[in-house]
Amino acid sequence: MLHIKCPHCGMRSQNEFSYGGDASVKRPELGKEISDEEWNNFVYNRKSLRGKHWELWQHLSGCRQWIKVERDTATHEIFKTLKANEEIS
Amino acid sequence: MPQSFRLENIGLINRNKKLSFKFNGKTYFGYEGDTLASALIANGVHLIGRSFKYHRPRGFFGAGVDEPYAIVQLYRNGETEPNIKATEQELFEGLEAKSVNCWPSVNFDVGAINNFLKIFLPAGFYYKTFMWPKSFWYKIYEPFIRKAAGLGVASIEHDKERYEHKYEYCDLLIAGSGPSGLASAYAAAKNGARVILAEDKSRFGGTLLTSEVNIGNKSGKEWADGIISELKEMPNVTVKNRSQVFGYYDHNMLVMSERISDHLPETKKFHPKQRLWYIRAKEVLISSGSIERPIVFGNNDTPGVMLSSAAKEYLKVYGVLVGKNPLIFTNNDSGYETAIEFKKNGIESVILDTRKNPQSEIVEEAKNLGIKIKFSYVVVAAQGYKKVKSADIAKISDDKEQLGVIENIKCDCICVSGFWTPTIHLASQSGNKTKFNEDIDAFVPGVSKQNEKTLGAANGVYTLDETLKSSLEIGHKLSKKITKSDNKISFPNVVEKKSTVHDKFWCVPLPKGKSYKRFLDFQNDVAVSDVEIALKEGYRSIEHVKRYTTLGMATDQGKTSNLNGLQLVSKIENKVVPNVGHTTFRPPYTPVSIGAIVGREVGKHSKPTRKSPMHLWHEKNNAIFVDAGVWLRPRYYKQGNENLFEASKREAKNVRTNVGVCDVTTLGKIDIKGPDAAELLNRVYTNAWLKLPVGKARYGVMLREDGIVMDDGTTTRISENHYHMTTTTAQAANVLSHLEYYLQLVWPELNVNVVSTTEQWAGAAIAGPKSRDLLQKLFPNNDVSKEGLPFMGFMEGDLFGVKARIFRISFSGELAYEVNVESDNGNFMWEKIMELGQEFKIQPYGTEALSTLRIEMGHVAGSELDGRTIPYDNSLEGLLSKKKDFIGKRSLTRAAFTAIDRQKVVGVVPLDKKTSIPEGSHLVKDSNAPLPNPKLGYISASCWSVEYDNPFSLAILKDGKNMIGEKLFVMSPLKNKVIPVEIVSSHYVDPKGERVRS
Repeated sequence: MLHIKCPHCGMRSQNEFSYGGDASVKRPELGKEISDEEWNNFVYNRKSLRGKHWELWQHLSGCRQWIKVERDTATHEIFKTLKANEEIS
Repeated sequence: MPQSFRLENIGLINRNKKLSFKFNGKTYFGYEGDTLASALIANGVHLIGRSFKYHRPRGFFGAGVDEPYAIVQLYRNGETEPNIKATEQELFEGLEAKSVNCWPSVNFDVGAINNFLKIFLPAGFYYKTFMWPKSFWYKIYEPFIRKAAGLGVASIEHDKERYEHKYEYCDLLIAGSGPSGLASAYAAAKNGARVILAEDKSRFGGTLLTSEVNIGNKSGKEWADGIISELKEMPNVTVKNRSQVFGYYDHNMLVMSERISDHLPETKKFHPKQRLWYIRAKEVLISSGSIERPIVFGNNDTPGVMLSSAAKEYLKVYGVLVGKNPLIFTNNDSGYETAIEFKKNGIESVILDTRKNPQSEIVEEAKNLGIKIKFSYVVVAAQGYKKVKSADIAKISDDKEQLGVIENIKCDCICVSGFWTPTIHLASQSGNKTKFNEDIDAFVPGVSKQNEKTLGAANGVYTLDETLKSSLEIGHKLSKKITKSDNKISFPNVVEKKSTVHDKFWCVPLPKGKSYKRFLDFQNDVAVSDVEIALKEGYRSIEHVKRYTTLGMATDQGKTSNLNGLQLVSKIENKVVPNVGHTTFRPPYTPVSIGAIVGREVGKHSKPTRKSPMHLWHEKNNAIFVDAGVWLRPRYYKQGNENLFEASKREAKNVRTNVGVCDVTTLGKIDIKGPDAAELLNRVYTNAWLKLPVGKARYGVMLREDGIVMDDGTTTRISENHYHMTTTTAQAANVLSHLEYYLQLVWPELNVNVVSTTEQWAGAAIAGPKSRDLLQKLFPNNDVSKEGLPFMGFMEGDLFGVKARIFRISFSGELAYEVNVESDNGNFMWEKIMELGQEFKIQPYGTEALSTLRIEMGHVAGSELDGRTIPYDNSLEGLLSKKKDFIGKRSLTRAAFTAIDRQKVVGVVPLDKKTSIPEGSHLVKDSNAPLPNPKLGYISASCWSVEYDNPFSLAILKDGKNMIGEKLFVMSPLKNKVIPVEIVSSHYVDPKGERVRS
């Protein structure tokens, strides 16, 4: 079980969180005309990286905040966690 | 029966407490502190089971967790459990155990014929043989193999015992209480660290209990006892025996199973049987010791052949002789220690040493004691079927290839020592890259991946002096890092006998003309010849060899067999062992009961049960409940001998003619506040929300980004910047997360807060032509007339002094309202509704009638919004705004979603107006078409229409828009039904929606 540092609450066990996928995905702006390909990439296509990966988690059974977590998908090592409004550096 | 193999003056058992127990129906006696194994051996019982494949007689091989043979079926306090190791099961008064894998009895076992057929049962036999003919598999092969296989029978009864889970944090977790575990725990504890020390066995001390050493002028056991009692007194230390750390998981989390009651005749009141500990440790010290390795020779699985360390443990801990005429077969000094212990207790043994001329303190001592030693000698084969009677022995050449003349020597047991294998399972599970140590012919931990260190014998360090020194040091160093304290323990004076190098010899060659089975894996009956076949057939990877031969795949996970298997593969392949590599170590290290893994999350405790504030009323009024997500909801209220069908029909009919009331507390409710609340709703719902006036409700549908319908419900504008959203019962949690996602990550600029209020409000739906009359009685101070509270209107009401919210919304097709009050007032509201509803013939209705009412009017719900349908499919396309963007809108332009023959919801009526249509059935054009018959759609929901008194269903049908009036067939292969049907509009009742607006 992973041990994740919630930027709001501190170190918590994985079973308090739910996974939310790739954090680098940006939703296209509302009302903006975009190609099918661009939309498909947003909705369906993910890189599914092996290695360092910025991803979203929600501290569901805690503060209910969505957070950003930089995790190695192969080793599960967690390098950094950020609040929702903090930019990935 | 006398315990004829029990000695008088040795052992750690409590001779004042005699215990009786039964094995295979026969009564024996042992003492408190015995294991089932030690008590049986004390009684001279060596035949305990039959082997897995060949049904060869099985005795005892070890004295602990490494035991491959002595697996029994245990009976305790009216319950039974398989896969119990007799070497681990502590004796209690009244214990009962039986042999497994034998029929009709362990002494006469029919399956043993496999032993004589073994030439036909080589590696891969099952794969090769039972492939054809295919039809034989289910009827003949599988039942036969199932009956023949297995080491015990799982109980089919409900487990009455309680199992618990516990979460714990500590600075240092130390797995194993041998010398390295004790020393490191002591050093760390004295330095202020929070320490958990776990010991698998009932006694602390590990090898200190059996070795002849001296620490600080105390015997090993005295020193261990002293340390343990001191540790137990310290508030920063948790000391646990009967506790196996069996798994090392991510982020330094380890799992330990504590056997709290397994050693007792029955579990004490309010105690669990076992407890599973999830331990998050800052540092982990692995002091799991090492396991003695067998030497491979002919018939080396005969009962009476066992590890020499086990023989020593039975003697020193339990005062039990494994034999009175032992033969010791060793390639190192450990065998001598066992022989010396035998000698001290008056038993003469013979040592066969594969080495030519070893020189050490221990060898010297054995010589001085007059123990008979034969150097450069090996056991070629054990003789005897159910117990060792003698051994064929021979001199072996210096190159270990040639055997001399075979002699036969009488003996009643053969104690084998092939040197020691470090127990590296936990280190390897943590991700440690293990390395091969040539000096000890075994793998040891290499570079740590997590915060783990391996100490002592588990790290390949076999001298006590070095073990204690390094363990004290590491315990101090790691604790200092955490506590910043610097209290050092002085190093005690250690006296131990020096040993010399072992011989790398591990497998006795077959003599000419002999074909003895030489076993590598004792639990799965894998012999040298099986591995040879696998390699001959082209298996190369050690992982493949393992799976093909099943070497190391039994419940002991190859604790005694893996390394010899590797040696063999490396020898045949002419590779060095590190290049062959070892198979992956996976948790659990030793079997863990399913009960412990599940913990208390069984039955109704597997998830929380939510009950509405009106639950007790439902119970008192004969409600039959149904699980709706985590909620319990009344499915129907039983009157007399009614069944589900009759009751739900009655309830639904009463709604259509009079008035009914349904508990809708379970609906998800989300309170939305903020100046941008309307904007948020406008983005998440498909229809327009910016112009909804205060005091009005609106029905809305929300999509996922891929265009699939996520949920539906009504949202009401309570005041300028305050909205009340309802979701379906099932999607409540997901919708809240969904809103939080967009508010926190996508549109943080929106000034809105959302919070779940599902549990804060109790809800009652009042539906039927007389509902307004009832409402007026409930709210005499409010104007709930047609004009005062129009369709989709909202008002705050006064329910006899209780504040209520009244919504005029309907999911039944009738004039209907929903009343919400604070949860604490839920029961008051409900009873008031029932009381004042009497004159209007009110009846409560459950989820079954609720479904009937919504199906009849064609209102889509969970069975249509099933995560596969878009708004068009559900005839909700009228709710798609063309003027604004919303979540998922762009996806609706995808080609598949705009196809002209896209599926759509329709109504289905059987032509005979009688036959009920099973949900999930398929719709086809021609019921006689050859298979696979093209499927046009499926039945999503069925009911008995109370309006028309005939069956009615909803279906999702291809090109449903143009199919109204078509005649099709419903096919249900599962129920073996073919029903001719007509496709009709999904709005079967009140298609113009006049009643709801009345």
